[in-house]
Amino acid sequence: MSEQDIVMEDRSAAQSVPPSVIEVEDLVTHYGEREILKGVTMEVREGEIMVIMGGSGSGKSTLLRHLMALEQKTSGTMTILGQNIDDLNMQEFTDLRKKLGVAFQGGALFSSLTVGENVMLPLYEHTGLDRKTMEIMARMKMEVVELGGFEDLMPAELSGGMIKRAAFARAVVMDPRILFCDEPSAGLDPAVASALDELILNLRDAMGMSIVVVTHELDSAFKIADRITILDRGHILMIGTVDEVKSSTNERIYNLLNRVPDGENLDPDEYLARLTGEESGVGNQPL
Amino acid sequence: MATENEHNSAGRFFENVGRSAVHGIEEVGNGGVMVLESLYWTIFGYRLKQPVRMNAVIEQMMEIGITAIPIIAMLGGAISVTLAIQGIHTLRIFGAESHVTAGLAFVVVREFAPMITGILVAGRSGSALAARIGTMKINQEIDALKVMGINPIRYLVAPPLIAMVIMVPCLTIMSAGVGLFLAGVYINVELGISLSAYLDQVIDILKVDDVAQGLSKSCIYAVEIAVIGVVNGAGVRGGAEGVGKATTRSVVQAISAIIVTAMIVVIMSTV
Repeated sequence: MSEQDIVMEDRSAAQSVPPSVIEVEDLVTHYGEREILKGVTMEVREGEIMVIMGGSGSGKSTLLRHLMALEQKTSGTMTILGQNIDDLNMQEFTDLRKKLGVAFQGGALFSSLTVGENVMLPLYEHTGLDRKTMEIMARMKMEVVELGGFEDLMPAELSGGMIKRAAFARAVVMDPRILFCDEPSAGLDPAVASALDELILNLRDAMGMSIVVVTHELDSAFKIADRITILDRGHILMIGTVDEVKSSTNERIYNLLNRVPDGENLDPDEYLARLTGEESGVGNQPL
Repeated sequence: MATENEHNSAGRFFENVGRSAVHGIEEVGNGGVMVLESLYWTIFGYRLKQPVRMNAVIEQMMEIGITAIPIIAMLGGAISVTLAIQGIHTLRIFGAESHVTAGLAFVVVREFAPMITGILVAGRSGSALAARIGTMKINQEIDALKVMGINPIRYLVAPPLIAMVIMVPCLTIMSAGVGLFLAGVYINVELGISLSAYLDQVIDILKVDDVAQGLSKSCIYAVEIAVIGVVNGAGVRGGAEGVGKATTRSVVQAISAIIVTAMIVVIMSTV
């Protein structure tokens, strides 16, 4: 193979990988003196669904909060949509945030506003549109999440699944480039959870947005993920496709995927040492 | 052994005192930053295309001011009549009960109207503000605002702060007016001084400085109530129980701040 062929092959490989919308380099973060993320490096590509998985206390929610620029990092760099967040002034930061949407675990709908007003809020705050136009846009997004006709209800009058759908509608009303979802199917019955998975896939396909999902639901993760990041005790164990993750021989990934309780395969003395924090580094683990 | 324990408990005591002091200073600092940020958004919000919404301010003014009128009028009146009764009773010892108007006018306009209004607003609206912000925090609604690019200070803090600074002085004027009127009615019945003579006396006695002192105090109370409510609400931890604690703490702190401020202003204005 000639040198020119190799260059051509590299170029075509580069062209087939979509550009990154989020790049995280050596992210370290602390809560007080406790180190939560210990040098996380990852990227989210344009148009992909990246699922972040891990056991309790693995740091996945903290990582998500960092990706949403809600936390102060100790060190490392984060680039969102090509902008290093450390270099942004307040206005640039606000402009960047308009391109992000978030569906929080509990919905985080404002209880004093109707569902329609909740969905309309980002439009009201960031666009100079007249109320009629905003109402139409909000109604369209509510139709997308199959909540048409519920605009005038208060959040307290909705079921858990409907609240999550409304949160999705609000998250996508500004047509964000990146959508973050925190445990979208947690606490929902399998049918509703499955419908939400479909909704996430539809949002990706119809709107072309990049989606980052934090979940511990294996079925959901395998159904929606283009790639999966597995976190363990603040470290990334693996980033790969569903098939790559399923075929991993890493013991901790095996334990996570097969729901083996942490410590079950350990020697009793080692497990005791871990519980008492005597094992190296364990004292720093998040609870 | 006993000495070591005493050393430890003394050490812990001073450590706790130190921690509390640092925490207190931190909260005061947070409050100051919130006031400055609110001011910033109020002035420059339009330029940044993120104005403080007038309808949110009006909504808060309704909540803080209009709905509080009956209770503030009632308690302002009750306190003033009580002061009139006590004043007449005390001055009668010296045969000077006809001078009750002077003391009453000063004390109602300078002290009691702003203080009673402040305490009631702290109990009604300061606690509600702390509870609202605390609940929003634990429901991740504040995070949602941030991610939507909506500054929480502009959206949540500036409207009640502005509304308080406008409404508390208005309520103070109303409270003083109702109080002085009802006290006048009592004095009319008790001492036979006509209402018009009483009002003439009040207007004669009160100077612009007295009214300005009462109103400036009420403005300070308004800022204190709003800031204490917001700082406590924003500091909520631990779910619904945390919200309850923050609400109680905000009322206690606001009332304490009002009384201490009143004392400091009196000392400064009379020395």
